[in-house]
Amino acid sequence: MADIVKRKKALSVNPLKSSSTIGAALAFMGVSRTIPMLHGSQGCSAFGKVFFVRHFREPIPLQTTAMDQVSAVMGSYDNVVEGVKTICETSSPAMVGIPTTGLSETQGVDINMAVKEFRTKYPGYEHIPVVPVSTPDYKGCLETGYADAVLAMLKELVKERKTAKRKKQVTVLVGSHLTPGDIEEIKDIIELFGLRPVVFPDLSTALDGHLPEFDFSPLSVGGTPVDEILSIGSSAATIVIGRSLVQAADWLKAETDIPDYRLDHVFGLEGTDDLIMALREIADKEVPEKLERQRAQLQDAMLDTHFMLGMSRLAIAGDPDLLYGMSKFLETIGGETCVAVAPSNQPILTEVPTKFVKIGDLEDLEQLSIGENLDLIISNSHAVESAERLGVPILRCGFPQWDLVGGYQKTWVGYRGGRQVLFDLANLQLQNHKGEVKPYESIYGQKPEYAKGQTNGTTKKVDHHGYCH
Amino acid sequence: MKSKDLQALLDEPACSHNDKSKSGCARLKPGATAGGCSFDGAQIALLPICDVAHIVHGSIACAGSSWDNRGTKSTGPTMFRIGMTTDLTEQDVIMGRGEKRLFHSIKQAIDTYDPPAVFVYNTCVPALIGDDIQAVAKAASEKWGRPVITVDAAGFYGTKNLGNRIAGDSMLKQVIGTREPDPVPDDGRGIKVHDINLIGEYNIAGELWNVLPLLDELGIRVLCTLSGDARYREVQTMHRAEVNMLVCSKATINVARKLEEDFGTPWFEGSFYGVEDVNFALRKIAHLIGDEDLVKRTEALIERENKKINEALEEWRIRLTGKRALLYTGGVKSWSVVSALQDLGMTVVATGTKKSTEEDKARIKDLMGDEAVMIEDGNPRGLIDKVNDLKADVLIAGGRNMYTAIKARIPFLDINQEREFGYAGYDGMIELARQMVLTINNPVWAQVRDVAPWKKGKEV
Repeated sequence: MADIVKRKKALSVNPLKSSSTIGAALAFMGVSRTIPMLHGSQGCSAFGKVFFVRHFREPIPLQTTAMDQVSAVMGSYDNVVEGVKTICETSSPAMVGIPTTGLSETQGVDINMAVKEFRTKYPGYEHIPVVPVSTPDYKGCLETGYADAVLAMLKELVKERKTAKRKKQVTVLVGSHLTPGDIEEIKDIIELFGLRPVVFPDLSTALDGHLPEFDFSPLSVGGTPVDEILSIGSSAATIVIGRSLVQAADWLKAETDIPDYRLDHVFGLEGTDDLIMALREIADKEVPEKLERQRAQLQDAMLDTHFMLGMSRLAIAGDPDLLYGMSKFLETIGGETCVAVAPSNQPILTEVPTKFVKIGDLEDLEQLSIGENLDLIISNSHAVESAERLGVPILRCGFPQWDLVGGYQKTWVGYRGGRQVLFDLANLQLQNHKGEVKPYESIYGQKPEYAKGQTNGTTKKVDHHGYCH
Repeated sequence: MKSKDLQALLDEPACSHNDKSKSGCARLKPGATAGGCSFDGAQIALLPICDVAHIVHGSIACAGSSWDNRGTKSTGPTMFRIGMTTDLTEQDVIMGRGEKRLFHSIKQAIDTYDPPAVFVYNTCVPALIGDDIQAVAKAASEKWGRPVITVDAAGFYGTKNLGNRIAGDSMLKQVIGTREPDPVPDDGRGIKVHDINLIGEYNIAGELWNVLPLLDELGIRVLCTLSGDARYREVQTMHRAEVNMLVCSKATINVARKLEEDFGTPWFEGSFYGVEDVNFALRKIAHLIGDEDLVKRTEALIERENKKINEALEEWRIRLTGKRALLYTGGVKSWSVVSALQDLGMTVVATGTKKSTEEDKARIKDLMGDEAVMIEDGNPRGLIDKVNDLKADVLIAGGRNMYTAIKARIPFLDINQEREFGYAGYDGMIELARQMVLTINNPVWAQVRDVAPWKKGKEV
């Protein structure tokens, strides 16, 4: 049980948090031919757009209801009604998502009412689902906004369980902590069992960085097709990855009575084993040989890397599911999470294997890390400067990542993904050369360079631990 | 901010199109709007002041998605790279505790980082719940003896452009004129040193450093760049310049105009992109200062540098002559970059004029002829079609259009503030040429446009 240490200071310095609003937008982008329209000022969308463009290096479909001074005071229903109409008219989307913002929520919009008004005024667009979700950015973080949008979409699209069951179909609800690369890996694993995964939301076909044949689309390209989401009620089972999706899972279970398997994470040997056991049961099949092989490879990698990662002292800063999953994963090879920071308090944080979780920012990460003799930091690109100041290597993880190419496609999950993560972490350790004994020059030594004050150069470069490079 | 103050900011007598309806009045179209808000504009305009603590007062989306997000460079302080926000919680909003949090935040910033000044940016949520940031700033400033400057630029006030002006207005009213410049250091050359400001220069990718050595050589001291690599103490002295150059941005025109009104400082609009424009800017500075010796030395420098750069550009011109560029960018860059491209031997087939003024458009015609194609609406679909119709070899635009172009398999050059390369000054031209050749002549284009070998022959 980890204690939760809440935010005490007034000012948030080097924020770790990304808003729940753009978290919701991200979930909508995982649905095919969809566009999220943030209900707020145009800047809300412009910032969100730049945020995701820099992370994914892709064009990002994101619109705005463009609230101005008048609508901020006098009410903003018209902005929603006209905004949805404009999008339906110009782009004929498969769905429109409307995450609210701090601005529209403070103004006091009833977003459901606004959508109803749209339906009354423009009945011609009945066939296009419009999904509002309340995500004021003064509440929660990217992960919670994403989860709220997943729930809102399910409620809108999934009707009762159909009698005609698709025996081979498995619904997979994936949390915001999974990359497009992760989702691809999960789909591969499921297909190895002869099952048909319906991943929702599916960023692996939307924001995986592929070059489509056509040259432009104002909507999301790829992602879960809306009619696939409609069929979720016919799946044989549901797999839920990430505790943040608990409400979505509860709702789906209550609505459809489809058996579900809830996994907090699928990182490393234990996490992946949980997934494989669930699939074995759903498919009623033995584990494919290919996966046995991959598991054996991961075990071998664990042995190879435990020399570098055993007793390694880690700092992890990220959204709750990611923080929990990473710390559990690294615990399996003897890593210790010494510093844990999350941007928003969620129930799972009490289960992080560490003494306490700080609800805070990257300044907290830095201050808590001093004197911890850390080996590694796992966090997003914002933490790179913190890591540099601390003199500790960093593995980039979570949102946003913009200072390296390809972070969005890194695969962390499954036996294969876990193996590569261990290699990456161990290599960072090897490059850091920690633990070497500091050269000592004996006062009686007969080595000529001592007298001249010329050493081989190594002793001059001493890092903050007092170790040499 | 009161609506009459906003109207005053939208009314800019120095703009030639000022008789038209104010851009702030035109309602944005929900569902079909791109571009940043006033807060975005204000933050972009001032964040490069690198020794100041920039506190964003609001909920997380404003700072959370935007801090640490600019290519501007500093010679020293890194204070501006530290993201600070009051990160308002639901409780703060409901209970009205925003002001209190802001007050303590200012103290925390001063205690931890000891900046020469604190800038406080207002955003939508506190503006709506009525936080009085001016009062908080005043109280905090008195209590802790540090200037606390307010920038009241909530996103719903209007566009990015308005935000730029609000930023300029805050500097005019609260910072400029609060200190006298340091005495001019003796460089032993016996020439008279003159003071200027560069307004609207953001030192993207350090490109200002391509220009500063030239000004140093001429004995021109830049009192302040607003705001690339600026310090608070420099902004304070801007009223003492002999000339203000408005660099590539009409957005902060109010600063130049107001300094002329209050202190009689002449100003002009210029650019450091392209050989001709650098020549023009240096000449203009010298002429406005009116020092004969300076004019003479400037001409000598221009002659020397032009000779040098023309030789250096020769090999690049061979590769770029006849290449066709479509330029889609805002405001002044719609013409200032045209001349840079023409210097490289390229043809500019069209230019975007969405944010350009009437004067900008007149200049475009001067440069590109009366048949110049001007693109008003820059929606991505239209832009791609224009590139194809006009047979452009490269699209030059802001970063937001980069991945649109790439998906359409169009060579692309980023011209906006997020870019990683500096194009200003004579030396910047080489980098511009290099980046251009690097994308246009790259072997990837053929490979991504061609179908897979197993599909060949099947298409009829």
